[in-house]
Amino acid sequence: MKMASVENGIVTAIALLVLSLAGIDAARAQRVLIKIDGSSTVFPITEAVAEEFQKNHKGIKVTVGISGTGGGFKKFCNGETDISDASRPIKPSEVELCGKNKIEYVELPVAYDGLAVMVNPKNTWATHMTVKELKKLWEPEAQGKVTRWSQIRPGWPDKEIHLFGAGVDSGTYDYFTEAIVGKEHSSRGDFTASEDDNVLVQGIATDPLALGFFGVAYYEHNKDKLTLVAVDDEKPENGKGPTLPTYENVVSGAYQPLSRPIFIYVSRKAADRPEVKEFVRFYLTAGRPLVREVGYVALADKVYDLALARFDKRAVGSVFGGKGSQVGVTLESLLKAEAK
Amino acid sequence: MRPQAAALYRMLTLRHWTERLFKIAAVATLVIVLATLAALLLDAVIDGAGRLSWQFLTSFPSRKPEEAGILAALVGTTYLMILTAVVAVPVGVGAAIYLEEYAKKGWFSRVVEVNIANLAGVPSIIYGLLGLELFVRAMGLDRSLLAGALTMALLVLPIIIIAGREALRAVPPSIREASYALGASRWQTIRYQVLSLAFPGILTGSILALSRAIGEAAPLITMGALTYIAFLPDGLLAPFTVLPIQIFNWVSRPQKGFFAAAAAGIIVLLVVLLLMNALAVYLRQRYQRRLYL
Repeated sequence: MKMASVENGIVTAIALLVLSLAGIDAARAQRVLIKIDGSSTVFPITEAVAEEFQKNHKGIKVTVGISGTGGGFKKFCNGETDISDASRPIKPSEVELCGKNKIEYVELPVAYDGLAVMVNPKNTWATHMTVKELKKLWEPEAQGKVTRWSQIRPGWPDKEIHLFGAGVDSGTYDYFTEAIVGKEHSSRGDFTASEDDNVLVQGIATDPLALGFFGVAYYEHNKDKLTLVAVDDEKPENGKGPTLPTYENVVSGAYQPLSRPIFIYVSRKAADRPEVKEFVRFYLTAGRPLVREVGYVALADKVYDLALARFDKRAVGSVFGGKGSQVGVTLESLLKAEAK
Repeated sequence: MRPQAAALYRMLTLRHWTERLFKIAAVATLVIVLATLAALLLDAVIDGAGRLSWQFLTSFPSRKPEEAGILAALVGTTYLMILTAVVAVPVGVGAAIYLEEYAKKGWFSRVVEVNIANLAGVPSIIYGLLGLELFVRAMGLDRSLLAGALTMALLVLPIIIIAGREALRAVPPSIREASYALGASRWQTIRYQVLSLAFPGILTGSILALSRAIGEAAPLITMGALTYIAFLPDGLLAPFTVLPIQIFNWVSRPQKGFFAAAAAGIIVLLVVLLLMNALAVYLRQRYQRRLYL
């Protein structure tokens, strides 16, 4: 009966493990846990802040998910998370959902991000493009019609154009369409869309006729495989001529309209919990140098201070009026909006 | 007779060549399968072997690729698999016993049979949606280890039932008849004769079903399992992450260092998978020997 005892041993061990897990559950009904979900663009910053925060605050546990800006807001407005990462301001439908469930939120800008337009290094012609040209290429009417480079600018080769872009659930896609097409979440559908930016990097790097857009952080780590396209918004007040999404151009606001602030949304109710309050304060103070470290542009200290003041006042609502993506939010105008 | 002999000879050569051709085709398919597997393994090992270390196995994820580790995901996967097995195996085997040993063969059992076979083919993401609505929201389990395990249990249940039924069916009817003839009740027959004979098969089927679950990321992502977790699950209702989700997250990061971490994560996942399969083979051998002694 040696076998039976081995068998019993295994069964007992598993039962003990499950019971002990359940037992700990009962004992720790009050877990000190901060739940965060949302944009994959904001994820690296929140992850870095959470990592440092947990080093300094033993006992507080932070979890971060990547459901995308829209998916994150759905959970947030259902009361399932404490903080939502967002790469665009909250949209009317989300405002409505939050309102229905009586979830109030404090909106806090955490960084600035540039969207880069990129082509394959073998592409020698498209060194710069105007916003108008990009619109002609990306608007819904272009579907199936604008398919060759020569259709965008006379003199460019009469070859097919292959488009790559962020997935349609992402805040990045929402912002790009608002900035280029003029209407949020509206573009042609015949492009290769992926939530995974590395897929887009690979696509553009291997296809000489490709053009695509995604966060500038991905360009910085793939400089040898991609070529940036300078973008000209033809508005002299944002600097003359085409500009590249360099650190300086994103900071100065010259790289418009494809620079945008990114946010965290904190639930008003969760903000009263000491650990959440501590985490948000940590994010907006000690988190500042981490923003640059993970590849984003940090806001001016003044903006962080104002955001912190907003948080301490629990100023609920969005400074963007709950209308979703907005174009032309420079660091300066953000400062003014936050100061209100 | 001569012309006939020539015809016979031609026919034989033709047969011989057909025979050879078929053998070559069969070997070729095997080579394709093995070469693909070898290429995958080689690729992961080349990219990830250098990253594999004790530090990698015992560290939590980090924003710095060189400091990032897989501990939270490895422990999460282990707990999830054990819990899934605890939920799915008894239920699955019970269902298989009912369907094979008790249920009357009629339209009802046929409908159930077709449905179970269909469920085994349902895309895993659908189970994730079901888990999200049922366990996470309706039952209020949140995005916990328990909710994840129940979702995974649903996913593997049809496979366990099918494997269990195959194993029960393989037990010769003569064994049951002999048992009845000796005066054993139905329960005694199932418990002492049928189940012990079918046990190795059920076990193998269950472990292979769990091996499928271990690589699944889609249902858990849909359910909302998390990406960044720097602590170990400390209870049934604790948040968790698993190896495929951690690998998926690393692959989609811009820094090259995370790519190596992802490859190292793949090696860890493969090793866990091989260990599970080895366990299945070992247990089968062990119990089979006992039964036929």
